[in-house]
Amino acid sequence: MVERGTALLKKMEISVAEADKRTGKNTVNMQETYTVYLIETRPAESVSEGGTPVAPDTLWRRYSEFELLRTYLLVTYPYIIVPPLPEKRAEFVWHKLSADNLDPDFVERRRVGLENFLLRLASHPVLSNDSIFFLFLTEVLFLLFQKADSRLKSLSAMFRVKNPDKRFTALKHYSEDLSTVISQLLRIRARVADRLYGVYKVHGNYGRVFSEWSAIEKEMGDGLQSAGHHMDTYAASIDDILEEEEHYADQLKEYLFYTEAVRSVCRKHELIQYELEMAAQDLSYKKQQKEELETGTVRIFSLKGMTSKLFGQETQEQRESKVAALEQSIQEGEEALKEKNAESQEFVEKAWNDIERFKEQKEKDLREALISYAIMQISMCKKGIQVWSNAKECFNKM
Amino acid sequence: MSVGAPRGLASSGQKLITEILHPLSAAEEPLSPGQDVTISAEKDKEPGLTNGTPVEISSPASASVLLSRLQLDCEPEADAHDAFGSGEPRDLFVTVNDPKKHVSTMETYITYRVSTKTTRIEFDLPEYSVRRRYQDFDWLRIKLEDSQPTHLVPPLPEKFVMKGVVDRFSEEFVDTRMKALDKFLKRVADHPVLSFNPHLNAFLTAKDLNKRQGLALLTKVGESVKNVAGGYKLRARPAEFSAMGEYLDTFSQKLGTIDRISQRILREQSEYLTELREYGAVYSTWAASEEQLQRPLEGVAGCVTTSCGALEDLSDNMSQDFLPVLREYVLYIESMKSVLRKRDQVQAEYEGRLEAAVLRKQEDRTPIPVEVEKCQDKVECFNADLKADWERWQRNKRQDFKQLLTGMADKNINYYEKSQAAWESLIPLLQEKQTEDKTSETN
Repeated sequence: MVERGTALLKKMEISVAEADKRTGKNTVNMQETYTVYLIETRPAESVSEGGTPVAPDTLWRRYSEFELLRTYLLVTYPYIIVPPLPEKRAEFVWHKLSADNLDPDFVERRRVGLENFLLRLASHPVLSNDSIFFLFLTEVLFLLFQKADSRLKSLSAMFRVKNPDKRFTALKHYSEDLSTVISQLLRIRARVADRLYGVYKVHGNYGRVFSEWSAIEKEMGDGLQSAGHHMDTYAASIDDILEEEEHYADQLKEYLFYTEAVRSVCRKHELIQYELEMAAQDLSYKKQQKEELETGTVRIFSLKGMTSKLFGQETQEQRESKVAALEQSIQEGEEALKEKNAESQEFVEKAWNDIERFKEQKEKDLREALISYAIMQISMCKKGIQVWSNAKECFNKM
Repeated sequence: MSVGAPRGLASSGQKLITEILHPLSAAEEPLSPGQDVTISAEKDKEPGLTNGTPVEISSPASASVLLSRLQLDCEPEADAHDAFGSGEPRDLFVTVNDPKKHVSTMETYITYRVSTKTTRIEFDLPEYSVRRRYQDFDWLRIKLEDSQPTHLVPPLPEKFVMKGVVDRFSEEFVDTRMKALDKFLKRVADHPVLSFNPHLNAFLTAKDLNKRQGLALLTKVGESVKNVAGGYKLRARPAEFSAMGEYLDTFSQKLGTIDRISQRILREQSEYLTELREYGAVYSTWAASEEQLQRPLEGVAGCVTTSCGALEDLSDNMSQDFLPVLREYVLYIESMKSVLRKRDQVQAEYEGRLEAAVLRKQEDRTPIPVEVEKCQDKVECFNADLKADWERWQRNKRQDFKQLLTGMADKNINYYEKSQAAWESLIPLLQEKQTEDKTSETN
């Protein structure tokens, strides 16, 4: 699913190999149990002549450290759609799955998700070169600056933009639609899994009754008994089938969380656009002010304008100094505007680059997810045919 | 035997059933009271059922062959076993199909076509086709039970259905009932004794089944079994009949359990189907907002829909074919149990009378009356009939359940095959690369 061959991955192999439990004191000085994950890294060409691979470098990290890394990346590369982390808490569960973060199945799926996250970063043309990311993989001590948070806050402010780039607007709507539809899909899939579980498990009761019935039969007994065993097998098979389907659900979830990253890029664009518009507006206001002062006309309704009308004009000197101040301000404003424009264009260019890359990745990944889902369904059908054919053979021997 | 003037077919007019001759009436040998033959014929009626041409009188030889075949079912076990041997070729085939609704001012009801094909000489024609309604089957069953109390008569589907709960004229109900009636008739036709019952003959052949005047064919055994007072207490039931009773109880219980399990599965499948439909619909919704993924997602939605259809077929089959047969067997078990009870009664009567007679003999040396010996015969006859019927019932049960359960397995295999085929055909669609030019996302 993740391409190899890009910068970092050419140099090293990365994996999240294990998970383990730790206990320690948390921020409020209470004992807590948490899970840590083992990050293994190894130089890419590491197969030695002897045949035994070089031992990897390892370090342990917990989920919150991954979160810190991601936050840092979000802030540092606002024009990049930063890959999402696996879910913090188990959502879209069907009844059998535990929603407990310490549940081994959940931990295992999270391990896979974290490895996927690191591989996505390592294969990203921009993010893979980040030095902090490299440190995350290799340095045990990892302290991140907290001022990342304040910049992050600005990303979620609400503001009105007059002229956003239409492509970003369309993208924002698309990602909202995608988010809605994937959430729906995951919810219903969980319900479907629940029901399917019920259907298979009830068949197990056939096993018991066939066994009891076979006890009072002479010729039919053996056939019934064996058929009963196959019914038990059928009922038990659903556990593996649904476990496998969870991987499909995880693939969908990744893209559900990706939509958030997409939306945050769109918001950043809106922010920049807003600042640009504000700067342009500010500049044009100042220019107008200057014009008024120079020509004596009051077009802008302002207190200054009114008071000057009511209480008399200013002196020539006063006016000239004001004009000079304004000119200075205008010059600064024009430079600011130029900078903002440049910033905006750079952002749009870089962002749109990444968006195109993301679109291709999304098409490919989701297509592959659907293929693997279809394969899962085929496998389930084959198992079903196998079991019922076996049972039929037993019935024939009755 | 004189052949009278040719008569029209019974079907061409309103003939009383009493006037319709059973070909056995051509038999020469009078039936002695000692022989508990289950069919006695009216002697002086003339053979009819032809359309004008004189009927060929069954030759005495063949009639006596028939009689002797009938006599066999009262012989001791060895011969009875032969008579019920499965090596006998079948010469009577019946089918129930073609349901039709009849609306009259008084009532609305369904009739079914009953087709018969046979080479038996008890039938004048090789083929018959008549229309019968449920009432007629019910009549037949009662007549068979009355005239053959020592034999197990197969059950009919439930007579009464709650109006308003079940639609008596829905396709599914009619179809299910028709299959059960067909089963019933086939079982009777396969039975070496019941299939020769004149009531069956009338049922299969008469154009208008006039039920008010039944053939007065109650035999001595029949009458005496019916008239047994409940006052006799059974002393010692032979172990094999006790075993039969126990088996039937347990078997009935297990069938009930299987019924409940199947119903539960149907409920779960129905709920699964509901969710699955919604699931497929979401993929369609998603497809609408995608470009390159549109066809793959529509494809997935299509596969889910196909699976839904296949699942619906599976569930329909379970409720229409599997469950009714299961329930019918429970009724069959009840019939068998009632025959066992009747047997107990006959044995009890015999034991009671014997005891009384022995006491009297001891008192005043009155010899044991003939009636008591006849009772003993009755008991032995009944036991023999029952054992033979039991064997046949067990064989049929084995066949029936083998068929029922392999059918269930087949339907499940079918369901998975359909689903698998759909998903497999989707894979190439999912794998094909889109070769369309990517339109640039400009404003």
